[in-house]
Amino acid sequence: MTSDITRLSASELAAAIADGTVSSVEATQAHLDRIAAVDGDLNAFLHVSADEALATAAEVDSRRAAGDELGPLAGVPIAVKDVVVTKGLPTTAGSKILEGWIPPYDATLVERIKTAGLPILGKTNMDEFAMGSSTEHSAYGNTKNPWDLERIPGGSGGGSAAAVAAFEAPLAIGTDTGGSIRQPGAVTGTVGAKPTYGGVSRYGLIAMASSLDQAGPVTRTVLDAALLHELIGGHDPRDSTSIAEPLPGLVEAARRGATGDLKGLRVGVVKELSGEGYQEGVSARFTESLDTLRSLGAEAVEVSCPHFTYALDAYYLIMPAEASSNLAKFDGMRFGLRVQPAEGPVTAERVMSATRGAGFGDEVKRRVILGTYALSAGYYDAYYGSAQKVRTLVQRDFAAAFEQADVLVSPTAPTTAFTFGEKLDDPLAMYLNDVATIPANLAGVPGVSVPNGLSDDGLPVGFQILAPAKADDRMYRVGAALEAALEKTWGGPLLARAPELKTTELTR
Amino acid sequence: MTAAPTTELVAYDDAVRRYDPVLGIEVHVELGTRTKMFCAAEVEFGGEPNTQTTPVSLGLPGALPVVNGTAVEYAIRIGLALNCQIAESCRFARKNYFYPDVPKNFQTSQYDEPIAYDGWIDIELKDGEIFRVEIERAHMEEDAGKNTHVGGATGRIHGAEYSLVDYNRAGIPLVEIVTKPIEGAGERAPEVARAYVQTLRDIFRALGVSEARMERGNVRADVNVSLRTSPDAPLGTRTETKNVNSFRSVERTVRHEISRQAAVLDAGQAVVQETRHWHEDTGITTSGRVKSDAEDYRYFPEPDLVPVAPSREWVEEIRASLPEMPAARRRRLQKEWGYADAEMRDVVNAGAVDLIEATVAGGTSPAGARKWWMGELARRAKQADVALASMAVTPAQIAELEQLVAAGTINDKLARQVLDGVLAGEGDPAAVVRSRGLEVVSDDGALLAAIDEALAAQPDVVEKVRGGNQGPVGAIIGAVMKATKGQADAKRVRELVLERIGQ
Repeated sequence: MTSDITRLSASELAAAIADGTVSSVEATQAHLDRIAAVDGDLNAFLHVSADEALATAAEVDSRRAAGDELGPLAGVPIAVKDVVVTKGLPTTAGSKILEGWIPPYDATLVERIKTAGLPILGKTNMDEFAMGSSTEHSAYGNTKNPWDLERIPGGSGGGSAAAVAAFEAPLAIGTDTGGSIRQPGAVTGTVGAKPTYGGVSRYGLIAMASSLDQAGPVTRTVLDAALLHELIGGHDPRDSTSIAEPLPGLVEAARRGATGDLKGLRVGVVKELSGEGYQEGVSARFTESLDTLRSLGAEAVEVSCPHFTYALDAYYLIMPAEASSNLAKFDGMRFGLRVQPAEGPVTAERVMSATRGAGFGDEVKRRVILGTYALSAGYYDAYYGSAQKVRTLVQRDFAAAFEQADVLVSPTAPTTAFTFGEKLDDPLAMYLNDVATIPANLAGVPGVSVPNGLSDDGLPVGFQILAPAKADDRMYRVGAALEAALEKTWGGPLLARAPELKTTELTR
Repeated sequence: MTAAPTTELVAYDDAVRRYDPVLGIEVHVELGTRTKMFCAAEVEFGGEPNTQTTPVSLGLPGALPVVNGTAVEYAIRIGLALNCQIAESCRFARKNYFYPDVPKNFQTSQYDEPIAYDGWIDIELKDGEIFRVEIERAHMEEDAGKNTHVGGATGRIHGAEYSLVDYNRAGIPLVEIVTKPIEGAGERAPEVARAYVQTLRDIFRALGVSEARMERGNVRADVNVSLRTSPDAPLGTRTETKNVNSFRSVERTVRHEISRQAAVLDAGQAVVQETRHWHEDTGITTSGRVKSDAEDYRYFPEPDLVPVAPSREWVEEIRASLPEMPAARRRRLQKEWGYADAEMRDVVNAGAVDLIEATVAGGTSPAGARKWWMGELARRAKQADVALASMAVTPAQIAELEQLVAAGTINDKLARQVLDGVLAGEGDPAAVVRSRGLEVVSDDGALLAAIDEALAAQPDVVEKVRGGNQGPVGAIIGAVMKATKGQADAKRVRELVLERIGQ
């Protein structure tokens, strides 16, 4: 059944492994074969850890044979975004400056994945240091969108989304600072969830903006996202911003949602996240999905979040400010790339400068310069200070909106996947792709993108569901309800409609 | 060529007659916590380079800080001991600058929200005068690593071939204590500076928050000095002399800066606002970097940490558990011991408070303890040019020695010989008495033999004494003492001599 294994959702595969229909080694090998067959074109993976993955799979199989009690996703392979440090596996964050670096420790979420017995297939491509919305800013080449190889897979987590969409992995880890899980999910027809800030440990995530970064699941179904979220989430004493309370029941919420009953649920439609700038097909699918939710018993109300208009501007001050400081450690002194100045004296300062000059790409430099400026004496109050005030106002908008509605909804991204190079020379146009996802990061609230159809151009569209902080269960409930209803209309998952990828003959 | 560097100094007395010095002192103390400020790396002095590190203290990608609760408690202890307010909530900030010994290229510190602020401490000068220093703030931060510049003659970065960095020290918790401008010290400014740093050192030790060993750099002072023409004039431009690491150097730095700045001002020039370096060998400061193009540290609240919000109950618990402060302890002990002010001051200045306290605890009278430590032992310490506390004799041994004298086992003269033995490492006083055979001869038979011999040798003395003149009896006693090598009890000898002569 090797050819079918990769088409199973993670929960289906977990069940097959649990009842012995499939071994974890078979499942892992099937995905490694798929990677070997399609990733030459896609470039979703920066590093494939076949030996380590198969070793983990074999261990899970023998533990199962020995009758050990295993977790719900034991044996199901997973891909990890390359911004997450993995002991013994290369970790570059998509940057030349970390080429060849092998971390001596595991991120907390990687520890949890390993403990739960999920074989790690490899590390996925991304915009350098997670800065971008297209994965075109990776130092290691573009990742292609499986729906159309001429198009971007979204970003920064384009590698994880493409890997899951192309059946190279049933599960992947993403990180979301301004939409880097949700927007790639939308443009590849996959599910991407950003947990409440503090819901998943950031220990071992190479930080872009500490107050915004959050890791989360990238999957093909809402239930799978809930399963992975429960696995990686929960308190971690090594992350001071980690939430101490236990997670709400996410898997249970997803299962309940899938029954299709949303009676009494108030769905808030954010007025500011629609209209101008939103592609026609995107808006049309959004309206239809809203009708679907209504048909399940939900009540739709319009809410206004007036300060969302300023969210993008505030984000592009806070994020670069924190990034400029977080990225200071990449200086060639202790790890990674070290470049000596071409001429003149070799001093520590000049080596740092040459290393950063050679090791960072343009987008990283752009944000480091922006952030350095925003924090400078004399400008701090006007830029960083004002941005923090806007952030507070955005948080208040959310608080007010959640008085009127249980969840808020919008299109995840204003457009479908654009073509390579289309926005590369226009950073502002690129930044605008995150306009609907950024407010959640500023407020720390959770959000999920669920595939809700194809636009007129035949490319996937995402439906964003936002919930109050620490109420991640709500977005899984609503997401699973929408998913079940839509798949009923479609007669199967959206990804079944994606074109077949050209496969390379296996030379294994 | 306009302003040539001023090399002529103004004589100190002249400088302070014409200028009013104002000080500002920043003291950094390394806390004696088991682990670092933001990670679980163990801290121990003198470890192999780069062995006391974690991904956090190496600044590896992905690592996150977690605040050390013990360090917060120690910082609160320090704040309370310095009569500060303790913040109800305070944040850490990032101080951004690129330097290889700062692993993240920012130092996690407190900026505009220190844990403790608005305090004061009374310091006692050598003559007993009390001087109050106002405390601006005490805040928490982490130490940097340590650079070693290899090659080149000076050990400084200039001329070095390469540099090595040891991150064992990186992330060790520090508390930085900043004074408000210290005004009104006048000619005593150098002494005030020294006494202030010394008082803080004593407080750190009493609080148990740090070993506070100056020679290990546990306590480091940055000394700011400025001059103005009169106490009513606005503050002058200051210089900051960094990392002054001994009490004596603090005093000398202030003294030197006053003389140097006076010369600059006398020459009609402006004092340059800059950091300066103190040179122990030559006793001068030299220019470091000019502060006017000071780096912009781009401080902003540390987003990886949540605010530190010590509950009022906890603060009060800590306040209630504070030990007696050194100044209060000195006042109490002086009263208990019945020392005069001048006597107590000498004891304090000699660093003998702990020694005498321990000796008294061993059973010696306060007067007896003082006699030993401030007399015989102080004399020997001075001769050997070592600190009293580093003499190879313990308060317990002095107490034992004094007990042997009181019991009549030895006399004062023998006691000094016993001390010789103790200092030479021959063991405790009782052991030295035995091994050197220094007991007082108390066997009357042996004494009488020696007395009879002496009487026979000096019949004239016997005559005079029988004639009613007891004065010359000393000559007989002296002869007996000589014959017994000083080991006789002179009082008993006298009794026996007079008995023998028939008086």
